[in-house]
Amino acid sequence: MHASSHVPDAAGRFGEFGGRYVPETLTYALDQLAEEYERAVKDSAFQAELDELWKNYVGRPSPLYHARRLSEQCGGAQIWLKREDLNHTGAHKINNTLGQALLTRRMGKTRVIAETGAGQHGVATATACARFGLPCVVYMGEEDIRRQAPNVFSMKLLGAEVRPVTSGSRTLRDAINEAMRDWMSSVETTHYILGSVVGPHPFPRIVRDFQSVIGREARSQSREQLGRLPEMVVACVGGGSNAAGMFYPFVEDEGVELVGVEAGGRGELPGQHAATLSFGHPGVLHGSYSFVMQDEDGQTCDVHSISAGLDYPGVGPEHSYWKASGRVRYIHCRDDEAMAAFDALARNEGILPALESSHAVAKAMELASQRSKEEAIIVCLSGRGDKDAAEIARLKGNAEFGMRSAE
Amino acid sequence: MSAIDQVFQQLRSQGRKAFIPFVTAGDPDLDFTADVLRELGKRGCSLCEIGVPYSDPIADGPVIQASYTRALERKIKLREILGMTARVSREIEAPLVTMVSYAIVYRHGLEAFVREAKETGVAGAIVPDLLVEESGPLAEICRREDFSLIQLVTPTTPRERAVRIADASSGFLYCVSVTGITGERRSLPPQLLENIAWLREQTELPLCIGFGVSQPEHVQQLAPVADGVIVGSAIVRRIAEAAVHPRDHVLADVGRYVESLMAALNPDGAA
Repeated sequence: MHASSHVPDAAGRFGEFGGRYVPETLTYALDQLAEEYERAVKDSAFQAELDELWKNYVGRPSPLYHARRLSEQCGGAQIWLKREDLNHTGAHKINNTLGQALLTRRMGKTRVIAETGAGQHGVATATACARFGLPCVVYMGEEDIRRQAPNVFSMKLLGAEVRPVTSGSRTLRDAINEAMRDWMSSVETTHYILGSVVGPHPFPRIVRDFQSVIGREARSQSREQLGRLPEMVVACVGGGSNAAGMFYPFVEDEGVELVGVEAGGRGELPGQHAATLSFGHPGVLHGSYSFVMQDEDGQTCDVHSISAGLDYPGVGPEHSYWKASGRVRYIHCRDDEAMAAFDALARNEGILPALESSHAVAKAMELASQRSKEEAIIVCLSGRGDKDAAEIARLKGNAEFGMRSAE
Repeated sequence: MSAIDQVFQQLRSQGRKAFIPFVTAGDPDLDFTADVLRELGKRGCSLCEIGVPYSDPIADGPVIQASYTRALERKIKLREILGMTARVSREIEAPLVTMVSYAIVYRHGLEAFVREAKETGVAGAIVPDLLVEESGPLAEICRREDFSLIQLVTPTTPRERAVRIADASSGFLYCVSVTGITGERRSLPPQLLENIAWLREQTELPLCIGFGVSQPEHVQQLAPVADGVIVGSAIVRRIAEAAVHPRDHVLADVGRYVESLMAALNPDGAA
């Protein structure tokens, strides 16, 4: 099957995946969003305003950086980093939240809600809302509040209200449930800025489109700096927004191999990882039909990843489509491999990557070592790792950092 | 004609309204759920709605969420729930209807779900996350098996869409009273009665109102316009007491509560 870039269809289907599986109450708002988005993409003033924000507020285009020392250490293909970590707020998430904030204003909605896992999307939403004067509530699992404390402070400083979610696994999945419940009651006045390419139609399309600025830039920078397209593009996949934005503009470039890296956690046993495309089945979660980690009864499974942003039992429907069509190869990376890649990038290049992005770096290093020096691999460095510093120190054992143990 | 159609036909001929309680299957365990259903049957409930616990119920408020979590902590399985309905459906007159997420139905297999549910005496299903646009394949199987697929309309549903949903629904039309999630509320929205009156002109289907309904005053307010009322959280909250109080006390409490609402719904007394 050939993967088309002319997806989704009007019903939000990417091949057989996607669609809309939500309570009837939300249909009205999803239709309204889809219609407004159609109008916005045809409105040159909308795109011009977003481009201006991307340029002067976010700092786009983000650089494509040749990681020479890291490449040398791997002894194979050249590794290039698409530096989304240099964006305002430190990750790719802001590309989407600014676009959706503009849509919020166009729809005349006066309040914004969002979910967050690692906190990057929460910070990016709080930032966009501060910029546009919109009140903002961010739902975040209690476990994630603990492991991503710096982002919680940032959101509060930006004027957002952070509501802890104590149900279920207290992570991203439960934060999405709680944001959806808020939206069920507030749908007439509130826009839900969903942060990944998941959820009911039209979210997977809108978020992919806004994030595609990553791949479009990388593609033209590659032409400019390498004189050609890369042989391979690698990105980490939780819900899959940075990967979707990175891959989408390359989908029709058949010579470019696309590799998505999921969270392999501690191992391949159920509950030990969050590698949905590697180990899950097609099913329904959070409003869309896609691969999901479920038990045989359709109950969502608990998953694990060292990184809060990948700790999610579902994945965007377009990734399921790309997997089914064979256009993208999905592999997984264990927690310890991601930690080692974090160190390697920090020590060799002076860049602290987000733990999420470290998964992509780890597998890119491995793949680079198997390729010739003439080949080029672009890695989406989706975010910076400052938010993870304390958690990594804790995991490594505080003694190494001269801190007193919590015990 | 399905068992649900028969219930409403009979009620209409008697000028009476349906009282539809909702209970979570397996909270605190399936034996008690069966006891509650028998009690509800004895008190004369018209239909009983059985909530199939789901890990990610986005339309549910804290009370039903918590009951689902408790049931799932005990690793309850769909096949055990259907085992319980197989026993109870033989003992009580009121047809049983499942409230079940599409995630569960899909994983089980649409055909297998409908066939197995029907074999265990379940008369229909409410699938709260299956929109009319996506409901074709399941609706087709339900039609073939004479198994009701009850669709929902809400205050945010545009009118032409509401007509489309009513056309696709069977058994009855579930009219969600509020823009929001399940849970008890002090009062119902003022436009509700007007919306129901409008729907009445559009469809022959019985109209049953749920979400937020918990007090005799609500029921009195709705009785003139609705064919039935659905009460969930207020019952589930009472059943949750079985974790700490003697089960016979809880059963009696649920029975008394349900009877107080039924008296408000059909003030002329028992059947």
